[in-house]
Amino acid sequence: MLTYYIKLGLLSIRKNPVLSALMIAAIAVGIGACMTIVTINYIMGGNPIPHKSDNLYYVQLDSWDPDEPAEEPNEPPRQVTYIDATALLAAGKASRQVVSYRTVRVVEPEVKDQLPFTANTRSTTADFFAMFDVPFLFGSGWDKAADDSLEQVAVLSRDMNEQLFGGENSVGKQVTMNGEQYRVTGVLDNWIPVPKYYDVTTGAFNDPEEIYFPFSISIANEVSGDGNTNCWKPIDDGGFSAFLNSECVWMQMWVELNSESEKTSYLSFMDAYVDSQKLLGRFPRPLNNRLSNVEEWLINQEVVDEDAQVLLGLAILFLIVCLLNTIGLLLAKIMRRAGEIGLRRALGATKGAMFSQQIVEAGIIGLSGGILGVGMTWLGLRAIERLFEGVSFIEHLVSMDWVMVLSAVILAIVSALLAALYPTWRACNIQPASQIKAQ
Amino acid sequence: MLSMQNISKVFTTDSVQTHALREFSLEIDEGDFVSVTGPSGSGKTTFLNIAGLLEDSTSGAYRLDGEDISGLGDKERSRLRNEKIGFIFQSFNLIPELDIFDNIDVPLRYRGLKANERRQRIEQAINTVGLGSRASHLPTQLSGGQQQRVAIARALAGEPRFLLADEPTGNLDSQMAEGVMELLEEINAAGTTIIMVTHEQFLAQRARRNIFIRDGRVSTDKSDTSLKAAASA
Ligand SMILES: Nc1ncnc2c1ncn2[C@@H]1O[C@H](COP(=O)(O)OP(=O)(O)OP(=O)(O)O)[C@@H](O)[C@H]1O
Ligand SMILES: [Mg+2]
Repeated sequence: MLTYYIKLGLLSIRKNPVLSALMIAAIAVGIGACMTIVTINYIMGGNPIPHKSDNLYYVQLDSWDPDEPAEEPNEPPRQVTYIDATALLAAGKASRQVVSYRTVRVVEPEVKDQLPFTANTRSTTADFFAMFDVPFLFGSGWDKAADDSLEQVAVLSRDMNEQLFGGENSVGKQVTMNGEQYRVTGVLDNWIPVPKYYDVTTGAFNDPEEIYFPFSISIANEVSGDGNTNCWKPIDDGGFSAFLNSECVWMQMWVELNSESEKTSYLSFMDAYVDSQKLLGRFPRPLNNRLSNVEEWLINQEVVDEDAQVLLGLAILFLIVCLLNTIGLLLAKIMRRAGEIGLRRALGATKGAMFSQQIVEAGIIGLSGGILGVGMTWLGLRAIERLFEGVSFIEHLVSMDWVMVLSAVILAIVSALLAALYPTWRACNIQPASQIKAQ
Repeated sequence: MLSMQNISKVFTTDSVQTHALREFSLEIDEGDFVSVTGPSGSGKTTFLNIAGLLEDSTSGAYRLDGEDISGLGDKERSRLRNEKIGFIFQSFNLIPELDIFDNIDVPLRYRGLKANERRQRIEQAINTVGLGSRASHLPTQLSGGQQQRVAIARALAGEPRFLLADEPTGNLDSQMAEGVMELLEEINAAGTTIIMVTHEQFLAQRARRNIFIRDGRVSTDKSDTSLKAAASA
């Protein structure tokens, strides 16, 4: 019977092309708007490293001003000082630990007629790549020994490798930054964590950096940060080394802890460290150290803001309006076909059979609306892309995502079926006799 | 066998009550050919609709083929309509976007017959009404008389026990009407009980039994005994 109903549904759609097209369009537009917003929300609010997010902890130490918190009500500062970062790093109490900060460097290409250009770079420690599961196209990161022996090594992003070496395997080649030579140890594959959780202080939706090089080298070469630097105490005279010894916070620290007990002991280690620093006259505030896993940190930093939720609500409302429209159109269509329905009932169709026929037809309309809706979503995402040109995670929206396509189609069918319930119920209750006389 | 006892039908619209049938009683034998005549609004169509299970009576008892109809649910009533009753309407009532074959197919689909059997029955029914070459035509491509033949074929394909016809020739010119009438007579001769509402006296006279309805009641009921005797002989 199903094939019969499908055949009848297609016939009926062909017979009422305008009404059917309007219904399909209404569903498609509603789905398109909804899915565009959902996709963006889903990506922006998504967990960037789901399999590990409970093991990666952002480190905060409250080294701030005794007279006011770093942030109301009583938040520790968002970043750590050089003194504390290096002290915790040297203690090595976690299974992996990363200290890093963003810098800007001038890159001088080897190719003769290419001009020097500035690049966003990241000064970081060896564990960065393993801790954040960064994918490599060629080679690998550097090891801890390289950190300790101040080796001039670097890892390039895929795009940077494209730009400097035409995409070839450049492991072992040299890159010049601010006149210093670095040996390439690895080239990353495409890697765009959204949000850019490992450093939200330089824009949670900005692109990752293009060149990575050892923290120890950048400190030795007196490379200052390009992100936020916050200080509550004046810096002594004495240039870069005075800055390093100041109470300014300007770097991010992450640790990898593999169990709840590891977390507890790391936190007590932090507290003990702060207590020992208090003896030296630092840390004037009460103990307020914190470890936040990836999700807690993103929530704490309000990376996904409320606007997105409001927008989602509006999109859903819009879909509902589109569906109400569809209900009206379906009713009109069924009233138009009351004659045929009455006739089929007279010829022996049960209410159930009429219900199935109408529902199958609504399903076909929903399916068409869903497929068109996927197209609309694609257009919607393209429009968003235009709006945010140059932001590469947005550029990757469109290549997303089977889940999106499938849920758009399913949402469309479910919507169409819901919209069809009342009209179909009306259709089932059309009396066999009365309509035949009317015809 | 069809039997109605004290059937009443009251239509209530905007507090106006119309008594379409009043204490209507009638027995119709298997294989009979009954014509129903009467003034406009006397209740002929209402009688036919109740007989065909298209409408419920307000009160009274109705037995079709020995089965008490009251209290049957939608499924059962639909099945009875589908299997035991064939309808022919004044305005043909074909589905315009389906071709002739598919129009005749409609009641067979609801009976759940296999594709093979459906095709056999449809072809046979089309041949019976003499439209063998028109199976893939749309209704609008046929004359009124031909459309009514398709409607008859549709009723026949289900091999019903009862054929209910409401002014089957009402929209046809006399020549086409004659053709349809002859077809109905053939079908009746093959054993199907026919109840036909008509305004045409000369057509009504050709039936074996003539019922005249007035004011929702059977007012006269004449049987052509000679024909009946001949039929049962
Ligand atoms: N659905 C309805 N609602 C209200 N009144 C109705 C309805 N159907 C029929 N009637 C009324 O019931 C009475 C009988 O109608 P019916 O259609 O049975 O007459 P008829 O004998 O078939 O007339 P005609 O020869 O004009 O077809 C009429 O007064 C009619 O107005
Ligand atoms: Mg009538």
